[in-house]
Amino acid sequence: MSDCHDTSVAVAPRPVSVGTKTPLIALAGQPNMGKSTLFNLLTGLNQHVGNWSGKTIDRREGIFLLDGQECNLVDLPGTYSLTANSPEEVIAREFILRESPDLVIAVISAANLERSLYLVSELVTLPAPLLVVLNMMDVAEQEGIRIEPEVLEAALGVPVIPMTATRASGAKDLLRVVGDMLAGRRVSMPHLPEIRTDHLDVLNEIMRHTLGYVPSPYPAEWTALKLLEGDAEMTRAMRAALPASNWEAINAVLIQHDDAFLAVASGRYEWIARMIRAAVVHPKVGQISLTERLDRWAAHPFWGLVILAGILGLVFWLTFTLGTPVQTWLATQMVSRLAGLTSAWLINAPSWLHDLLVGGIIGGVGSVTTFLPIMIIFFATFALLEDTGYMARAAYVMDNLMHLMGLHGKSFLPLFLGFGCNVPSIMGTRTIDSPKARLLTTLIAPLVPCTARMAVVAFLAPAFFGSNALYVSWGLVLLSLTLLVLSGTLLNQVIFQGQRSAFIMEMPLYHLPNARTIGLLVWQRTMSFVKKAGTTILAMAVIVWALSYFPNGELQTSFLVRFGHFVEPVGRLMGFDWRLTVALLTSFPAKENAVATLGVLFGSSPAGNLSQVLTASFSTASALSFQVVTMLFIPCMATVAAVRQETGSWRWTLFNVGMLLVISMGAGSAVYHLARFLGL
Amino acid sequence: MSAIVEEISLDELAPGEHGTVLSFTDGRMVTNRLASLGFTPGVGVDMTQNYGHGPLIVTVRGTRVALGRGEAAKIFVQKGLK
Repeated sequence: MSDCHDTSVAVAPRPVSVGTKTPLIALAGQPNMGKSTLFNLLTGLNQHVGNWSGKTIDRREGIFLLDGQECNLVDLPGTYSLTANSPEEVIAREFILRESPDLVIAVISAANLERSLYLVSELVTLPAPLLVVLNMMDVAEQEGIRIEPEVLEAALGVPVIPMTATRASGAKDLLRVVGDMLAGRRVSMPHLPEIRTDHLDVLNEIMRHTLGYVPSPYPAEWTALKLLEGDAEMTRAMRAALPASNWEAINAVLIQHDDAFLAVASGRYEWIARMIRAAVVHPKVGQISLTERLDRWAAHPFWGLVILAGILGLVFWLTFTLGTPVQTWLATQMVSRLAGLTSAWLINAPSWLHDLLVGGIIGGVGSVTTFLPIMIIFFATFALLEDTGYMARAAYVMDNLMHLMGLHGKSFLPLFLGFGCNVPSIMGTRTIDSPKARLLTTLIAPLVPCTARMAVVAFLAPAFFGSNALYVSWGLVLLSLTLLVLSGTLLNQVIFQGQRSAFIMEMPLYHLPNARTIGLLVWQRTMSFVKKAGTTILAMAVIVWALSYFPNGELQTSFLVRFGHFVEPVGRLMGFDWRLTVALLTSFPAKENAVATLGVLFGSSPAGNLSQVLTASFSTASALSFQVVTMLFIPCMATVAAVRQETGSWRWTLFNVGMLLVISMGAGSAVYHLARFLGL
Repeated sequence: MSAIVEEISLDELAPGEHGTVLSFTDGRMVTNRLASLGFTPGVGVDMTQNYGHGPLIVTVRGTRVALGRGEAAKIFVQKGLK
């Protein structure tokens, strides 16, 4: 170890007195190293997902037992490095520095040692005991790679445990070593990467100026290195902490050495190369791997699109043969029956209570939750495609098309999920790494026609247009998607000044999906939605119900209808009378309500009758316009709740609602007047 | 030996060809991200897929990385050195 690293004293372990405090263990690793698999293996169902404070990044935390003692395990976000390029990287290093975990477990891949050790080269400089899990030993073996874990351990100065987390092999060894390290029986004394001598002088000069000013908990040398690397977050922090003269002196040094960050990175790879020379006894044999063979098709500019279309077709087929019938069954059997039972049970209760429960809560929240089967299909598809490594290929082949909107390929699959339901779609934007691209995708996602809106179209189009219904339906879908592309392009130009984040993406190795990983992900996403249904969606359902009930206890004279009369002049722009306006407003709790409301307003006529009444009451122009507006109108409350959750801001949520209001009314008016002009 | 160094941008490397990274002209944020994925000056890269339009795939330090054509155009390599 080079003597310049006197900070390595801080690496000395802090033994945990078992029984007095629950040990805190952090799990770190680059993406695609099997970190989640290991986390799920250790914690099983004893885990919960939250958010890192103020960020929409999953924070997984769980508990596992070690010799009868509970241990807290925190899954840090997957990051390639610890330099502040993304919020994930800041979260990971801040956690290690501020929460001082008793142990950090770094997951690396035996099949990709060189790249995955890069994060380790950064972790060793932080003052927390470290343990390395050498995962994916099975994949390495398939590729002919042979590694000696003991040699790697000696070279790193950190305990190394070979594992295949997907088969739970090596888990016992891991637990034993974790126990040894927590008890102080085994320690990590990492050999740190060296810094080139010329940069060492620079580093020392920076440290001279920062002496006594480095805020806790940052180690002084680490901070100087981050400044040399041009780390935005640490630069900001030190600029605020230092007297102006010191900062100017440092800044002059940094400007003179503005390429130092590449030298620092190169230094880390040299350190890694030494580890590999020692520990890898047999490198990868030159055979063409399975990944390479599969990618000749899956990543091909033409065949890749064909394969993607095939997979998406399969998802639709599954949705319509499995999801939709179950949804219909839930709506007609469960929700209606529950409403019936509640009605009977509340026979003597005040009528407002009856209406609140049956109409407001069961009708609102209940009908939203019937879409769960469809959401689950989409959650599972998403998890499966991600776990096998296919997701990156879909993003790769769709990159050209998504370019049009200033997005890149990674936005495609989340948007596609919107055809099932906009909720999983917006929740899926978490896989997009750039915050700007994530926001833009979230904002345009509600323009993807979901199954609920298609159900409204499926009812109204034949009612209004008879044999032309199919053309009208396709036209509506096409219009939605055209407006999606247009608003994406426009938003990108106006809000993001046409900037597009760099498309740099690892193409992970393909591997067999892990049932536990997928199952847990589907479970967690489903629970997250159920929780939302019980809170935000419930509150919105009650508000909308109250507006449609009070003051007289009926829809026809309610505040909502009065409001409908009040805004009728606006509705008239789109060729609506007050009834169509009110129907539109009630589509907010759930899109299908539009049909139900029309039923109520036209005297609760049976469905077959309703279509005749509707055709008689409205001109073709009004009917067309109504269909366009219901298709594009503000998203349902479940979607609004998801937008709020994923953007983390009411301002963006309101902006999104406002934007869709303008788009839907603009398109509605245009279609109405065009149709009138054409004499429809 | 003073062979003329043929410096080209990474997107000009044909599939199957090998190159050595010389320099980066993109911003520091992007270069930092590239460095954490294995791209540093002097590293060898193999072009895995490049159809002359759209994104491409390069193999660097045993990892397959997809890059947008714009990003690849800002990485300069010396062709054919192993």
